[in-house]
Amino acid sequence: MNTTIMLFLVQDGITNGAIYALLGLALVLVFAVTRVILIPQGEFVTYGALTYASLAAGQMPGTAKLALALGIGAFAFDLFVARKALHGRLILRSAVTNIVLPAIVLALTVYFAGQKPPVAVSIALSLVIVAMIGLYLYRVAFQPLAHTSVLVLLIASVGVHLALQGLGLLFFGAEGQRGPAVLSGAFTAGALRFTGQSLTVYGITIAFIVGLWLFFGLTLYGKALRATAVNRLGARLVGIRTTLSGQIAFLLASVIGALSGIMIVPITTLYYDSGFLIGLKGFVAAIIGGLVSYPLTAVAALVVGLVEAFSSFYASNYKEVIVFMLLIPVLLLRSLAAPAVEEEKD
Amino acid sequence: MSALLSVTDAHVAYGKVEAVRSVSLEVGANQIVTIVGANGAGKTTLLSAIMGILPLKGRVTFAGQDLARLDIEDRVAMGLGLVPEHRELFVTMNVEDNLELGAFRIERSKAKASMERVYTLFPRLKERRKQLAGTLSGGEQQMLAMGRALMGEPKLLMLDEPSLGLAPIIVADIFRIVTELRASGVSVLLVEQNAQAALKIADQAYVMELGEFVLSGKASDIAANERVAASYLGFQHEGDSAI
Repeated sequence: MNTTIMLFLVQDGITNGAIYALLGLALVLVFAVTRVILIPQGEFVTYGALTYASLAAGQMPGTAKLALALGIGAFAFDLFVARKALHGRLILRSAVTNIVLPAIVLALTVYFAGQKPPVAVSIALSLVIVAMIGLYLYRVAFQPLAHTSVLVLLIASVGVHLALQGLGLLFFGAEGQRGPAVLSGAFTAGALRFTGQSLTVYGITIAFIVGLWLFFGLTLYGKALRATAVNRLGARLVGIRTTLSGQIAFLLASVIGALSGIMIVPITTLYYDSGFLIGLKGFVAAIIGGLVSYPLTAVAALVVGLVEAFSSFYASNYKEVIVFMLLIPVLLLRSLAAPAVEEEKD
Repeated sequence: MSALLSVTDAHVAYGKVEAVRSVSLEVGANQIVTIVGANGAGKTTLLSAIMGILPLKGRVTFAGQDLARLDIEDRVAMGLGLVPEHRELFVTMNVEDNLELGAFRIERSKAKASMERVYTLFPRLKERRKQLAGTLSGGEQQMLAMGRALMGEPKLLMLDEPSLGLAPIIVADIFRIVTELRASGVSVLLVEQNAQAALKIADQAYVMELGEFVLSGKASDIAANERVAASYLGFQHEGDSAI
Protein backbone atom coordinates (compact mmCIF):
# COMPACT_ATOMS: atom_id res chain seq x y z
CA MET A 1 0.00 0.00 0.00
CA ASN A 2 1.33 3.43 -0.83
CA THR A 3 1.00 6.60 1.17
CA THR A 4 -1.80 7.97 -0.96
CA ILE A 5 -4.02 4.99 -0.30
CA MET A 6 -3.17 5.10 3.36
CA LEU A 7 -4.08 8.77 3.56
CA PHE A 8 -7.33 8.08 1.79
CA LEU A 9 -8.19 5.35 4.24
CA VAL A 10 -7.30 7.56 7.19
CA GLN A 11 -9.48 10.33 5.81
CA ASP A 12 -12.34 7.92 5.25
CA GLY A 13 -11.87 6.45 8.72
CA ILE A 14 -11.94 9.83 10.39
CA THR A 15 -15.07 10.89 8.54
CA ASN A 16 -16.89 7.75 9.64
CA GLY A 17 -15.31 7.89 13.08
CA ALA A 18 -16.64 11.41 13.59
CA ILE A 19 -20.18 10.16 13.00
CA TYR A 20 -19.66 7.19 15.32
CA ALA A 21 -18.31 9.59 17.93
CA LEU A 22 -21.49 11.65 17.86
CA LEU A 23 -23.66 8.55 18.09
CA GLY A 24 -21.50 7.05 20.85
CA LEU A 25 -21.73 10.26 22.88
CA ALA A 26 -25.51 10.24 22.54
CA LEU A 27 -25.64 6.63 23.72
CA VAL A 28 -23.48 7.38 26.75
CA LEU A 29 -25.61 10.42 27.56
CA VAL A 30 -28.91 8.56 27.34
CA PHE A 31 -27.63 5.60 29.34
CA ALA A 32 -26.11 7.75 32.08
CA VAL A 33 -29.29 9.76 32.53
CA THR A 34 -32.04 7.21 31.94
CA ARG A 35 -30.27 3.78 32.07
CA VAL A 36 -31.75 3.05 28.63
CA ILE A 37 -29.39 1.41 26.13
CA LEU A 38 -30.66 3.25 23.10
CA ILE A 39 -30.81 0.63 20.34
CA PRO A 40 -33.17 2.85 18.26
CA GLN A 41 -30.37 5.42 17.95
CA GLY A 42 -29.73 3.93 14.50
CA GLU A 43 -33.35 4.57 13.50
CA PHE A 44 -32.94 8.23 14.39
CA VAL A 45 -30.07 8.21 11.89
CA THR A 46 -32.10 6.65 9.07
CA TYR A 47 -35.20 8.71 9.86
CA GLY A 48 -33.16 11.91 9.76
CA ALA A 49 -31.37 10.90 6.58
CA LEU A 50 -34.36 9.59 4.67
CA THR A 51 -36.69 12.38 5.78
CA TYR A 52 -34.10 14.83 4.47
CA ALA A 53 -33.63 12.86 1.23
CA SER A 54 -37.41 12.56 0.69
CA LEU A 55 -37.98 16.26 1.24
CA ALA A 56 -35.13 17.13 -1.10
CA ALA A 57 -36.67 14.84 -3.73
CA GLY A 58 -40.02 16.55 -3.29
CA GLN A 59 -41.71 13.64 -1.54
CA MET A 60 -43.77 13.71 1.61
CA PRO A 61 -41.97 11.81 4.42
CA GLY A 62 -44.20 9.61 6.60
CA THR A 63 -42.14 10.50 9.66
CA ALA A 64 -44.00 13.79 10.04
CA LYS A 65 -47.24 11.85 10.48
CA LEU A 66 -45.55 9.46 12.88
CA ALA A 67 -44.46 12.43 15.01
CA LEU A 68 -48.07 13.61 15.24
CA ALA A 69 -49.33 10.09 16.05
CA LEU A 70 -46.74 9.64 18.81
CA GLY A 71 -47.55 13.12 20.08
CA ILE A 72 -51.21 12.17 20.43
CA GLY A 73 -50.07 9.07 22.30
CA ALA A 74 -47.90 11.16 24.60
CA PHE A 75 -50.83 13.51 25.24
CA ALA A 76 -53.04 10.54 26.17
CA PHE A 77 -50.34 9.28 28.58
CA ASP A 78 -50.07 12.72 30.17
CA LEU A 79 -53.82 12.87 30.72
CA PHE A 80 -53.97 9.32 32.08
CA VAL A 81 -51.18 9.90 34.60
CA ALA A 82 -52.73 13.16 35.81
CA ARG A 83 -56.31 11.85 35.68
CA LYS A 84 -56.94 12.43 39.38
CA ALA A 85 -55.69 15.99 39.39
CA LEU A 86 -56.49 17.33 35.96
CA HIS A 87 -56.49 21.06 35.52
CA GLY A 88 -56.78 23.32 32.51
CA ARG A 89 -53.20 24.57 32.43
CA LEU A 90 -51.77 21.06 32.45
CA ILE A 91 -54.06 19.93 29.62
CA LEU A 92 -53.29 23.03 27.59
CA ARG A 93 -49.52 22.69 28.04
CA SER A 94 -49.55 19.02 27.14
CA ALA A 95 -51.77 19.64 24.12
CA VAL A 96 -49.50 22.40 22.82
CA THR A 97 -46.25 20.43 23.13
CA ASN A 98 -47.68 17.08 22.06
CA ILE A 99 -50.32 17.89 19.46
CA VAL A 100 -50.23 21.49 18.26
CA LEU A 101 -46.47 21.49 17.69
CA PRO A 102 -46.28 18.30 15.57
CA ALA A 103 -49.46 19.38 13.73
CA ILE A 104 -47.81 22.65 12.71
CA VAL A 105 -44.67 20.79 11.63
CA LEU A 106 -46.79 18.34 9.64
CA ALA A 107 -48.53 21.22 7.91
CA LEU A 108 -45.19 22.83 7.07
CA THR A 109 -43.88 19.51 5.78
CA VAL A 110 -46.89 19.03 3.51
CA TYR A 111 -46.47 22.59 2.26
CA PHE A 112 -42.76 22.30 1.54
CA ALA A 113 -42.70 18.72 0.28
CA GLY A 114 -44.56 19.67 -2.89
CA GLN A 115 -42.05 22.30 -3.95
CA LYS A 116 -38.54 20.92 -3.40
CA PRO A 117 -37.51 23.21 -0.56
CA PRO A 118 -34.00 24.66 -0.17
CA VAL A 119 -31.47 22.44 1.63
CA ALA A 120 -31.60 24.46 4.83
CA VAL A 121 -35.38 24.08 5.13
CA SER A 122 -35.17 20.33 4.51
CA ILE A 123 -32.50 19.98 7.18
CA ALA A 124 -34.43 22.04 9.71
CA LEU A 125 -37.67 20.14 9.12
CA SER A 126 -35.94 16.75 9.30
CA LEU A 127 -34.24 17.66 12.56
CA VAL A 128 -37.44 18.95 14.15
CA ILE A 129 -39.45 15.91 13.03
CA VAL A 130 -36.94 13.38 14.40
CA ALA A 131 -36.44 15.42 17.58
CA MET A 132 -40.17 15.25 18.25
CA ILE A 133 -40.23 11.52 17.55
CA GLY A 134 -37.42 11.06 20.09
CA LEU A 135 -39.16 13.19 22.69
CA TYR A 136 -42.56 11.50 22.37
CA LEU A 137 -40.99 8.05 22.23
CA TYR A 138 -39.45 8.71 25.62
CA ARG A 139 -42.85 9.75 26.94
CA VAL A 140 -44.70 6.76 25.50
CA ALA A 141 -42.18 3.91 25.73
CA PHE A 142 -39.62 4.72 28.42
CA GLN A 143 -40.98 7.19 30.95
CA PRO A 144 -43.63 4.74 32.23
CA LEU A 145 -40.82 2.19 32.76
CA ALA A 146 -38.36 4.63 34.33
CA HIS A 147 -38.38 2.82 37.68
CA THR A 148 -37.72 -0.66 36.26
CA SER A 149 -34.46 -2.52 35.77
CA VAL A 150 -31.90 -1.96 33.02
CA LEU A 151 -32.97 -5.28 31.49
CA VAL A 152 -36.63 -4.24 31.15
CA LEU A 153 -35.56 -0.95 29.62
CA LEU A 154 -33.31 -2.82 27.20
CA ILE A 155 -36.18 -5.05 26.10
CA ALA A 156 -38.37 -1.98 25.56
CA SER A 157 -35.51 -0.47 23.61
CA VAL A 158 -35.26 -3.49 21.32
CA GLY A 159 -39.04 -3.34 20.82
CA VAL A 160 -38.91 0.32 19.87
CA HIS A 161 -36.05 -0.40 17.48
CA LEU A 162 -38.01 -3.15 15.70
CA ALA A 163 -41.14 -1.04 15.50
CA LEU A 164 -39.31 1.97 14.11
CA GLN A 165 -37.47 -0.18 11.58
CA GLY A 166 -40.74 -1.66 10.37
CA LEU A 167 -42.29 1.78 10.11
CA GLY A 168 -39.18 2.91 8.25
CA LEU A 169 -39.84 0.28 5.59
CA LEU A 170 -43.42 1.50 5.36
CA PHE A 171 -42.45 5.17 5.06
CA PHE A 172 -39.45 4.98 2.79
CA GLY A 173 -39.76 1.68 0.94
CA ALA A 174 -37.07 -0.93 0.44
CA GLU A 175 -34.97 1.13 -1.98
CA GLY A 176 -32.07 3.15 -0.78
CA GLN A 177 -31.93 6.93 -1.10
CA ARG A 178 -29.29 9.58 -1.33
CA GLY A 179 -29.63 13.22 -0.43
CA PRO A 180 -28.04 16.35 -1.84
CA ALA A 181 -24.76 17.48 -0.32
CA VAL A 182 -25.05 20.08 2.40
CA LEU A 183 -21.97 21.82 1.06
CA SER A 184 -20.96 21.11 -2.52
CA GLY A 185 -17.55 21.66 -4.06
CA ALA A 186 -14.17 20.25 -3.14
CA PHE A 187 -10.52 21.15 -3.00
CA THR A 188 -7.32 19.19 -3.07
CA ALA A 189 -4.40 19.41 -0.71
CA GLY A 190 -1.48 17.34 -1.97
CA ALA A 191 -2.78 13.89 -2.75
CA LEU A 192 -5.95 14.36 -0.70
CA ARG A 193 -9.23 15.62 -1.97
CA PHE A 194 -11.53 17.17 0.57
CA THR A 195 -15.15 17.34 -0.41
CA GLY A 196 -17.41 19.97 1.02
CA GLN A 197 -19.45 17.20 2.57
CA SER A 198 -16.57 15.65 4.54
CA LEU A 199 -15.59 19.10 5.78
CA THR A 200 -19.20 19.58 6.89
CA VAL A 201 -18.95 16.33 8.82
CA TYR A 202 -15.78 17.45 10.62
CA GLY A 203 -17.12 20.91 11.29
CA ILE A 204 -20.49 19.82 12.63
CA THR A 205 -18.98 17.05 14.76
CA ILE A 206 -16.49 19.40 16.37
CA ALA A 207 -19.12 22.10 16.84
CA PHE A 208 -21.49 19.62 18.45
CA ILE A 209 -18.86 18.21 20.79
CA VAL A 210 -17.82 21.72 21.87
CA GLY A 211 -21.49 22.64 22.21
CA LEU A 212 -22.22 19.62 24.40
CA TRP A 213 -19.14 20.37 26.47
CA LEU A 214 -20.32 23.95 27.06
CA PHE A 215 -23.88 22.78 27.74
CA PHE A 216 -22.78 20.27 30.40
CA GLY A 217 -20.13 22.51 31.89
CA LEU A 218 -21.82 25.88 32.02
CA THR A 219 -25.61 25.73 31.89
CA LEU A 220 -27.91 24.87 34.78
CA TYR A 221 -29.84 22.32 32.73
CA GLY A 222 -26.63 20.70 31.52
CA LYS A 223 -25.44 20.40 35.10
CA ALA A 224 -28.83 19.05 36.14
CA LEU A 225 -28.47 16.34 33.50
CA ARG A 226 -25.03 15.41 34.83
CA ALA A 227 -26.39 15.46 38.37
CA THR A 228 -29.14 13.01 37.42
CA ALA A 229 -26.52 10.74 35.88
CA VAL A 230 -24.31 10.90 38.98
CA ASN A 231 -26.98 10.55 41.66
CA ARG A 232 -30.62 10.12 40.79
CA LEU A 233 -31.93 10.48 44.35
CA GLY A 234 -29.69 13.46 45.01
CA ALA A 235 -31.04 15.12 41.88
CA ARG A 236 -34.64 14.53 42.94
CA LEU A 237 -33.87 15.96 46.37
CA VAL A 238 -32.89 19.28 44.83
CA GLY A 239 -36.04 19.23 42.72
CA ILE A 240 -34.70 18.04 39.36
CA ARG A 241 -37.35 15.86 37.76
CA THR A 242 -36.01 12.59 36.38
CA THR A 243 -38.51 12.90 33.53
CA LEU A 244 -37.18 16.33 32.57
CA SER A 245 -33.63 14.97 32.40
CA GLY A 246 -34.85 11.99 30.38
CA GLN A 247 -36.64 14.27 27.93
CA ILE A 248 -33.56 16.43 27.40
CA ALA A 249 -31.38 13.33 26.94
CA PHE A 250 -33.72 11.83 24.34
CA LEU A 251 -34.09 15.15 22.58
CA LEU A 252 -30.31 15.50 22.28
CA ALA A 253 -29.91 11.87 21.19
CA SER A 254 -32.53 12.11 18.47
CA VAL A 255 -31.14 15.41 17.16
CA ILE A 256 -27.62 13.94 17.14
CA GLY A 257 -28.90 10.84 15.33
CA ALA A 258 -30.82 12.81 12.72
CA LEU A 259 -27.93 15.18 12.17
CA SER A 260 -25.55 12.25 11.66
CA GLY A 261 -27.96 10.77 9.14
CA ILE A 262 -28.23 14.04 7.23
CA MET A 263 -24.44 14.22 7.09
CA ILE A 264 -24.02 10.64 5.85
CA VAL A 265 -26.81 10.44 3.28
CA PRO A 266 -25.05 12.57 0.65
CA ILE A 267 -21.98 10.25 0.95
CA THR A 268 -23.58 6.80 1.17
CA THR A 269 -26.86 5.36 0.01
CA LEU A 270 -28.97 4.63 3.08
CA TYR A 271 -31.75 2.06 3.36
CA TYR A 272 -34.52 1.92 5.93
CA ASP A 273 -32.47 -0.58 7.96
CA SER A 274 -28.98 0.88 7.51
CA GLY A 275 -29.16 2.79 10.76
CA PHE A 276 -28.91 -0.24 12.98
CA LEU A 277 -25.40 -1.13 11.86
CA ILE A 278 -24.26 2.49 12.04
CA GLY A 279 -25.71 2.85 15.53
CA LEU A 280 -24.08 -0.39 16.55
CA LYS A 281 -20.67 1.01 15.69
CA GLY A 282 -21.37 4.02 17.87
CA PHE A 283 -22.36 1.49 20.49
CA VAL A 284 -19.01 -0.29 20.17
CA ALA A 285 -17.32 3.04 20.89
CA ALA A 286 -19.64 3.69 23.82
CA ILE A 287 -18.90 0.26 25.29
CA ILE A 288 -15.17 0.87 24.98
CA GLY A 289 -15.83 4.06 26.92
CA GLY A 290 -17.58 1.92 29.53
CA LEU A 291 -20.90 3.74 28.85
CA VAL A 292 -19.65 6.50 31.15
CA SER A 293 -16.64 8.23 29.62
CA TYR A 294 -17.30 10.84 26.94
CA PRO A 295 -13.65 11.46 25.91
CA LEU A 296 -12.86 7.74 25.79
CA THR A 297 -15.97 7.16 23.66
CA ALA A 298 -14.96 9.86 21.18
CA VAL A 299 -11.43 8.46 20.84
CA ALA A 300 -12.74 4.90 20.56
CA ALA A 301 -15.14 6.03 17.82
CA LEU A 302 -12.24 7.35 15.75
CA VAL A 303 -10.44 4.03 16.25
CA VAL A 304 -13.58 2.16 15.14
CA GLY A 305 -13.76 4.37 12.03
CA LEU A 306 -10.11 3.78 11.18
CA VAL A 307 -10.26 0.03 11.76
CA GLU A 308 -13.33 -0.12 9.56
CA ALA A 309 -11.65 1.84 6.78
CA PHE A 310 -8.51 -0.28 6.78
CA SER A 311 -10.31 -3.59 7.09
CA SER A 312 -12.61 -2.70 4.21
CA PHE A 313 -9.49 -2.21 2.12
CA TYR A 314 -7.72 -5.41 3.19
CA ALA A 315 -10.63 -7.75 3.82
CA SER A 316 -13.83 -6.04 2.84
CA ASN A 317 -15.92 -9.17 3.38
CA TYR A 318 -14.93 -9.24 7.00
CA LYS A 319 -14.99 -5.56 7.83
CA GLU A 320 -18.01 -5.72 10.13
CA VAL A 321 -16.65 -8.80 11.88
CA ILE A 322 -13.33 -7.10 12.46
CA VAL A 323 -14.97 -3.97 13.85
CA PHE A 324 -17.18 -5.86 16.27
CA MET A 325 -14.28 -8.10 17.31
CA LEU A 326 -12.74 -4.96 18.81
CA LEU A 327 -15.26 -5.46 21.58
CA ILE A 328 -13.97 -8.83 22.72
CA PRO A 329 -10.59 -7.79 24.13
CA VAL A 330 -12.17 -4.65 25.60
CA LEU A 331 -14.90 -6.59 27.38
CA LEU A 332 -12.35 -9.16 28.58
CA LEU A 333 -10.09 -6.46 29.99
CA ARG A 334 -13.01 -4.64 31.59
CA SER A 335 -14.40 -7.77 33.21
CA LEU A 336 -10.98 -8.59 34.61
CA ALA A 337 -10.38 -5.05 35.83
CA ALA A 338 -13.73 -4.56 37.52
CA PRO A 339 -15.50 -7.21 39.59
CA ALA A 340 -19.17 -7.80 38.86
CA VAL A 341 -21.33 -5.08 40.36
CA GLU A 342 -24.90 -5.59 41.40
CA GLU A 343 -27.34 -3.50 39.48
CA GLU A 344 -28.25 -0.27 41.18
CA LYS A 345 -31.76 -0.38 42.58
CA ASP A 346 -33.80 2.74 42.73
CA MET B 1 -50.88 28.28 65.68
CA SER B 2 -51.02 25.49 63.15
CA ALA B 3 -47.92 23.38 62.74
CA LEU B 4 -45.61 23.73 59.75
CA LEU B 5 -45.36 19.98 59.35
CA SER B 6 -47.95 17.67 60.76
CA VAL B 7 -47.92 13.90 60.46
CA THR B 8 -50.97 11.97 61.60
CA ASP B 9 -51.16 8.22 62.11
CA ALA B 10 -48.39 7.38 59.66
CA HIS B 11 -47.53 3.83 58.67
CA VAL B 12 -44.58 2.95 56.44
CA ALA B 13 -43.92 -0.56 55.25
CA TYR B 14 -41.24 -2.38 53.29
CA GLY B 15 -43.35 -5.07 51.66
CA LYS B 16 -45.09 -6.80 54.57
CA VAL B 17 -42.77 -5.50 57.25
CA GLU B 18 -44.11 -2.36 58.90
CA ALA B 19 -41.09 -0.28 59.81
CA VAL B 20 -43.11 2.65 61.12
CA ARG B 21 -46.44 2.19 62.93
CA SER B 22 -49.05 4.75 63.79
CA VAL B 23 -46.70 7.68 64.24
CA SER B 24 -47.92 11.25 64.69
CA LEU B 25 -45.73 14.31 64.99
CA GLU B 26 -45.72 18.06 64.61
CA VAL B 27 -43.06 20.60 63.82
CA GLY B 28 -43.90 24.23 64.41
CA ALA B 29 -42.38 27.29 62.76
CA ASN B 30 -38.96 28.24 64.13
CA GLN B 31 -38.62 24.99 66.00
CA ILE B 32 -36.00 22.30 66.28
CA VAL B 33 -37.69 18.95 66.77
CA THR B 34 -35.64 15.84 67.26
CA ILE B 35 -36.42 12.15 66.94
CA VAL B 36 -34.03 10.04 68.99
CA GLY B 37 -33.83 6.29 69.08
CA ALA B 38 -31.60 3.33 68.47
CA ASN B 39 -30.32 2.09 65.16
CA GLY B 40 -33.16 0.41 63.25
CA ALA B 41 -35.97 2.12 65.17
CA GLY B 42 -37.41 3.47 61.91
CA LYS B 43 -36.24 7.07 62.08
CA THR B 44 -34.67 7.19 58.62
CA THR B 45 -37.67 5.36 57.16
CA LEU B 46 -40.00 7.98 58.61
CA LEU B 47 -37.99 10.89 57.16
CA SER B 48 -37.81 9.21 53.74
CA ALA B 49 -41.58 8.73 53.76
CA ILE B 50 -42.25 12.34 54.75
CA MET B 51 -40.05 13.40 51.83
CA GLY B 52 -41.97 11.12 49.46
CA ILE B 53 -39.16 8.66 48.77
CA LEU B 54 -41.15 5.83 50.38
CA PRO B 55 -44.93 5.43 50.27
CA LEU B 56 -46.67 6.47 53.46
CA LYS B 57 -50.10 5.51 54.76
CA GLY B 58 -51.62 8.25 56.87
CA ARG B 59 -51.81 11.99 56.55
CA VAL B 60 -48.96 14.45 56.10
CA THR B 61 -49.54 18.17 55.74
CA PHE B 62 -46.89 20.79 55.15
CA ALA B 63 -47.62 24.52 55.35
CA GLY B 64 -51.31 23.63 55.41
CA GLN B 65 -51.22 21.51 52.25
CA ASP B 66 -51.79 17.76 52.04
CA LEU B 67 -48.72 16.11 50.56
CA ALA B 68 -50.39 12.85 49.47
CA ARG B 69 -50.41 13.58 45.73
CA LEU B 70 -47.12 15.43 45.58
CA ASP B 71 -43.86 13.79 44.55
CA ILE B 72 -40.39 14.52 45.90
CA GLU B 73 -39.73 17.37 43.48
CA ASP B 74 -43.00 19.14 44.36
CA ARG B 75 -42.23 18.87 48.06
CA VAL B 76 -38.79 20.38 47.47
CA ALA B 77 -40.41 23.27 45.59
CA MET B 78 -42.78 23.81 48.55
CA GLY B 79 -39.86 24.31 50.93
CA LEU B 80 -39.34 20.87 52.40
CA GLY B 81 -35.70 19.79 52.38
CA LEU B 82 -33.99 16.54 53.33
CA VAL B 83 -30.32 15.93 54.00
CA PRO B 84 -30.22 12.13 53.82
CA GLU B 85 -27.92 9.93 55.85
CA HIS B 86 -25.81 9.06 52.80
CA ARG B 87 -25.81 12.71 51.70
CA GLU B 88 -26.39 11.81 48.02
CA LEU B 89 -23.98 14.45 46.73
CA PHE B 90 -22.98 14.83 43.08
CA VAL B 91 -19.54 13.43 43.78
CA THR B 92 -17.99 14.03 40.36
CA MET B 93 -19.01 17.70 40.36
CA ASN B 94 -17.40 20.51 42.30
CA VAL B 95 -18.70 22.17 45.45
CA GLU B 96 -20.01 25.22 43.65
CA ASP B 97 -21.94 23.15 41.07
CA ASN B 98 -23.47 21.09 43.86
CA LEU B 99 -24.64 24.26 45.57
CA GLU B 100 -25.87 25.81 42.33
CA LEU B 101 -28.00 22.73 41.67
CA GLY B 102 -29.38 23.00 45.19
CA ALA B 103 -31.10 26.15 43.95
CA PHE B 104 -32.55 24.40 40.89
CA ARG B 105 -36.10 25.35 41.86
CA ILE B 106 -35.22 28.86 43.01
CA GLU B 107 -35.12 31.96 40.83
CA ARG B 108 -31.64 32.44 39.41
CA SER B 109 -31.46 35.98 40.73
CA LYS B 110 -31.92 34.75 44.31
CA ALA B 111 -29.46 31.87 44.00
CA LYS B 112 -26.41 34.14 44.20
CA ALA B 113 -27.45 35.59 47.54
CA SER B 114 -28.30 32.09 48.78
CA MET B 115 -24.82 30.91 47.93
CA GLU B 116 -23.24 33.80 49.84
CA ARG B 117 -25.36 32.88 52.87
CA VAL B 118 -24.26 29.26 52.66
CA TYR B 119 -20.62 30.31 52.36
CA THR B 120 -21.04 32.48 55.45
CA LEU B 121 -22.47 29.53 57.38
CA PHE B 122 -19.78 27.16 56.07
CA PRO B 123 -16.62 29.15 55.27
CA ARG B 124 -14.82 25.87 54.63
CA LEU B 125 -17.00 25.25 51.57
CA LYS B 126 -15.92 28.58 50.09
CA GLU B 127 -12.27 27.56 50.39
CA ARG B 128 -13.03 24.31 48.62
CA ARG B 129 -15.50 25.59 46.08
CA LYS B 130 -13.61 24.30 43.02
CA GLN B 131 -12.90 20.91 44.59
CA LEU B 132 -14.87 17.81 43.57
CA ALA B 133 -17.47 16.84 46.16
CA GLY B 134 -16.22 13.25 46.24
CA THR B 135 -12.77 14.35 47.40
CA LEU B 136 -14.03 16.27 50.46
CA SER B 137 -13.63 14.92 53.99
CA GLY B 138 -16.67 13.43 55.74
CA GLY B 139 -17.35 16.62 57.69
CA GLU B 140 -17.05 18.79 54.61
CA GLN B 141 -19.38 16.49 52.71
CA GLN B 142 -21.95 16.84 55.48
CA MET B 143 -21.58 20.63 55.33
CA LEU B 144 -22.00 20.52 51.56
CA ALA B 145 -25.10 18.33 51.84
CA MET B 146 -26.62 20.80 54.32
CA GLY B 147 -25.52 23.75 52.23
CA ARG B 148 -27.02 22.24 49.09
CA ALA B 149 -30.34 21.69 50.86
CA LEU B 150 -30.29 25.26 52.20
CA MET B 151 -29.77 26.61 48.67
CA GLY B 152 -33.36 25.52 47.98
CA GLU B 153 -34.54 27.96 50.70
CA PRO B 154 -36.41 25.35 52.72
CA LYS B 155 -38.92 26.29 55.39
CA LEU B 156 -38.22 22.96 57.07
CA LEU B 157 -34.95 21.10 56.84
CA MET B 158 -34.90 17.42 57.79
CA LEU B 159 -31.48 16.19 58.84
CA ASP B 160 -30.80 12.47 59.01
CA GLU B 161 -27.91 11.61 61.33
CA PRO B 162 -25.81 14.65 60.50
CA SER B 163 -23.19 13.72 63.09
CA LEU B 164 -22.68 10.12 62.00
CA GLY B 165 -19.02 9.22 61.66
CA LEU B 166 -17.74 12.75 62.20
CA ALA B 167 -15.06 14.05 64.57
CA PRO B 168 -16.48 15.61 67.79
CA ILE B 169 -15.24 19.09 66.92
CA ILE B 170 -17.10 19.00 63.59
CA VAL B 171 -20.20 17.60 65.27
CA ALA B 172 -20.21 20.59 67.62
CA ASP B 173 -19.91 22.87 64.63
CA ILE B 174 -22.84 21.24 62.86
CA PHE B 175 -25.07 21.44 65.92
CA ARG B 176 -24.15 25.11 66.34
CA ILE B 177 -25.21 25.72 62.75
CA VAL B 178 -28.52 23.93 63.33
CA THR B 179 -29.34 26.41 66.09
CA GLU B 180 -28.31 29.27 63.81
CA LEU B 181 -30.76 27.96 61.22
CA ARG B 182 -33.59 28.19 63.72
CA ALA B 183 -32.59 31.76 64.46
CA SER B 184 -32.78 32.56 60.75
CA GLY B 185 -36.31 31.17 60.51
CA VAL B 186 -35.72 27.62 59.25
CA SER B 187 -37.37 24.83 61.21
CA VAL B 188 -35.38 21.65 61.67
CA LEU B 189 -36.47 18.06 62.09
CA LEU B 190 -33.39 16.30 63.39
CA VAL B 191 -32.92 12.56 63.54
CA GLU B 192 -29.99 11.57 65.71
CA GLN B 193 -28.38 8.68 67.49
CA ASN B 194 -26.34 11.19 69.44
CA ALA B 195 -29.34 11.87 71.67
CA GLN B 196 -27.49 13.93 74.23
CA ALA B 197 -26.37 16.55 71.74
CA ALA B 198 -29.70 16.54 69.91
CA LEU B 199 -31.81 16.99 73.05
CA LYS B 200 -29.62 19.87 74.16
CA ILE B 201 -30.50 22.03 71.16
CA ALA B 202 -34.04 20.80 70.41
CA ASP B 203 -37.34 22.37 71.51
CA GLN B 204 -39.48 19.24 71.18
CA ALA B 205 -38.43 15.61 71.12
CA TYR B 206 -39.85 12.22 70.24
CA VAL B 207 -38.35 8.90 71.31
CA MET B 208 -38.73 6.12 68.77
CA GLU B 209 -38.50 2.42 69.47
CA LEU B 210 -39.24 -0.41 67.02
CA GLY B 211 -41.23 1.80 64.68
CA GLU B 212 -43.31 3.60 67.27
CA PHE B 213 -43.05 6.77 69.33
CA VAL B 214 -42.87 5.72 72.95
CA LEU B 215 -42.36 9.13 74.44
CA SER B 216 -42.72 12.74 73.39
CA GLY B 217 -42.59 16.15 74.95
CA LYS B 218 -40.34 19.11 75.56
CA ALA B 219 -36.74 18.21 74.81
CA SER B 220 -35.60 19.26 78.28
CA ASP B 221 -38.20 17.00 79.92
CA ILE B 222 -37.21 14.09 77.70
CA ALA B 223 -33.57 14.64 78.55
CA ALA B 224 -34.47 14.49 82.23
CA ASN B 225 -36.51 11.30 81.81
CA GLU B 226 -34.88 8.40 83.60
CA ARG B 227 -35.70 5.76 81.04
CA VAL B 228 -34.37 7.90 78.21
CA ALA B 229 -31.27 8.65 80.22
CA ALA B 230 -30.74 4.96 80.75
CA SER B 231 -31.33 3.94 77.14
CA TYR B 232 -29.89 6.75 75.09
CA LEU B 233 -27.81 9.11 77.11
CA GLY B 234 -25.14 6.63 78.08
CA PHE B 235 -26.03 5.98 81.73
CA GLN B 236 -25.83 2.21 81.93
CA HIS B 237 -28.46 0.29 83.87
CA GLU B 238 -28.04 -3.44 84.07
CA GLY B 239 -30.86 -5.45 82.56
CA ASP B 240 -32.49 -2.60 80.68
CA SER B 241 -34.14 -4.19 77.69
CA ALA B 242 -35.77 -1.20 76.11
CA ILE B 243 -33.52 -1.54 73.08
